[in-house]
Amino acid sequence: MQSITTAVQNSAKKLLEENKVDVVIGFKKGTIPLRSTPVFIRDSNDADKLEWNYYCENNLANYLRNKDQKIGVVVKGCDSRSIVALMKENQLTRDNLYLIGVPCSGMIDRKKVNRIIGDKEILETNCNEDSLIIKTKDSEQTIKLNEVMHNSCLKCNHKNPVIYDEMVAEPVSENSNTDFSEIKEFEEKPAEERKNFFIEELSKCIRCYACRNSCPMCYCQECFVDSTNPEWIGKSAENVQDNLFFQAVRVFHLAGRCVDCGACERACPMDINLGLLTRKLYKDTTEMFNTEAGANLEDAPALSTYNMDDPQPFLLKE
Amino acid sequence: MILTKKDVPNFLDSLKNNYQVFAPVKQDHYTEFKEIENGADAVLDYSNTKTPPKKILFPQSEKLYCYKVEENGVQMEEKADEQQKVIFGIRPCDAKSFTILDKVFDNNKYQDPYYLNRRKNTILVGIGCNAPESTCFCTSLGGGPFDTTGLDLLLVDIGDCYLVEVISEKGKNMLTSCKEAGEEDKKKASQVKENATLTTSINIEGIKEKLDNNFYNEIWDYISEKCIGCGSCTFSCPTCHCFDIVDETADSGGCRIRNWDSCMFPLFTLHGSGHNPRPSNKERFRNRIMHKFNYFVETNDITACVGCGRCIKNCPVNMDIREILEEIQGLEARSVS
Repeated sequence: MQSITTAVQNSAKKLLEENKVDVVIGFKKGTIPLRSTPVFIRDSNDADKLEWNYYCENNLANYLRNKDQKIGVVVKGCDSRSIVALMKENQLTRDNLYLIGVPCSGMIDRKKVNRIIGDKEILETNCNEDSLIIKTKDSEQTIKLNEVMHNSCLKCNHKNPVIYDEMVAEPVSENSNTDFSEIKEFEEKPAEERKNFFIEELSKCIRCYACRNSCPMCYCQECFVDSTNPEWIGKSAENVQDNLFFQAVRVFHLAGRCVDCGACERACPMDINLGLLTRKLYKDTTEMFNTEAGANLEDAPALSTYNMDDPQPFLLKE
Repeated sequence: MILTKKDVPNFLDSLKNNYQVFAPVKQDHYTEFKEIENGADAVLDYSNTKTPPKKILFPQSEKLYCYKVEENGVQMEEKADEQQKVIFGIRPCDAKSFTILDKVFDNNKYQDPYYLNRRKNTILVGIGCNAPESTCFCTSLGGGPFDTTGLDLLLVDIGDCYLVEVISEKGKNMLTSCKEAGEEDKKKASQVKENATLTTSINIEGIKEKLDNNFYNEIWDYISEKCIGCGSCTFSCPTCHCFDIVDETADSGGCRIRNWDSCMFPLFTLHGSGHNPRPSNKERFRNRIMHKFNYFVETNDITACVGCGRCIKNCPVNMDIREILEEIQGLEARSVS
């Protein structure tokens, strides 16, 4: 991790010194434990603020649209895939970007840590190869890293950036097969049980739209939830049906575009299980159209092409 | 007065005969204020709730009245909440926030019957913070881990029991069967209070003037750069109080509903013409800081922040209000001409 941090800093410093970019977007130390925070570096002397660790959870592709600058950006596998997906939608110009590629070993899910340690404040953390050491006021606990990784990271099969201008470290090994077991298991539950699960989850929603705003692919000039004429959806957070409707439309709109980075679930302050929804659509588009969003520059986005032999299992009658 | 911990569930159950009782309860790995079914559901050994108890007196969505158009005219039904309530186990910062909200909903221009009705019918039983969190900075805003502002009773955790400090007559009347605290208990309580220290602070001295003078400073361009413009901070803030009123209609009836709004949303200032005077995150974020540390001080003589730290913990990108205020403090205050 430290060697990646140094390599990222060196790369950023060089890019800024040589005026190849106007700004480098990466991560710096956050203000609370288990947190790094996005940072915009414009002065090469500030490059040493950059860091790389298990807490760089945000998808930085979210900060790249509508900028008239040359941008250097630190990309994990998922960030790079979102960039590819945005390029295909003509939202980004490759020439304006310099991608500092980082092989990603996954990010730590704070809510999983909290579920293990309970409602205690984390005062200090320490990470080594395969474990996380958590210090609270009166205890110290060692947790295996894979127990607290984000679900999206555990299932990820694009840990290495799919496009980059430079890689700052050797690629990490990828998961060999795509694991949708969690989704298949959920799909097999009776409709009533699935509905109840989402009603329970979405009853926590406070309609802050952190899920939408953290997503690089959610960039509609006017989101349907914000439209007042016509008013597609009620604005009240206490209407669980509307909360569910919001998520359903959000996720459907991301079908074939979502790279399953998990940014939405990470952003949710109420820790709602959103990954199940996004991953379901990700599974459907991957399996039906044999293409993964943002995995390469060549494939046309699944939902913007049409072939006569496209599978249509969602039709009730043919 | 003394309330032993094992008596708390029964005490809450007995309160339920006369009051709607709200207390922190477990939800996932955190706690939230909910109306309790059983006294035993209350979790008092908690850091602070994910969202503030503000929603009990000022719900995120509130039906003000409903109407139905019928053959013989329009039928109206007003939704008044007259139930007596107790919020049990509220932290001092959150209790103080109600005294700030009072200024919004009860002033010489406007009295909000919906909020005020609930407010007058609600008893606040606080619990002091033996171990304030690293994101707490209440002392910088005139509060403290055992501050009694806004409370009717304050519980101090002294081990097996709580020492109950009586703050108001309303609170006193609730404690019919509690025994008096002994000298030993009082000593323990003062020891607990002494040990409860905060690790962070912010300096808000002169911040209002700095903000007055630096509305157009370039600092706002980069301070808000990483903000993604969601409402996580405003909806987890105990003092944010902006709302929007909408009609939700179906067929020949409907309800007028008051929903929380957030100055971080584009819709907050969008004009009917399509013009938006706060077109980007920069203006919206600046407004959030200005409202809390400048405009509200101007109108109400108090800062609209209690230092609970929720906005820090709940932000998806780790925007930290302490850092932002520090940056603003670092600005040269231009003289007011």
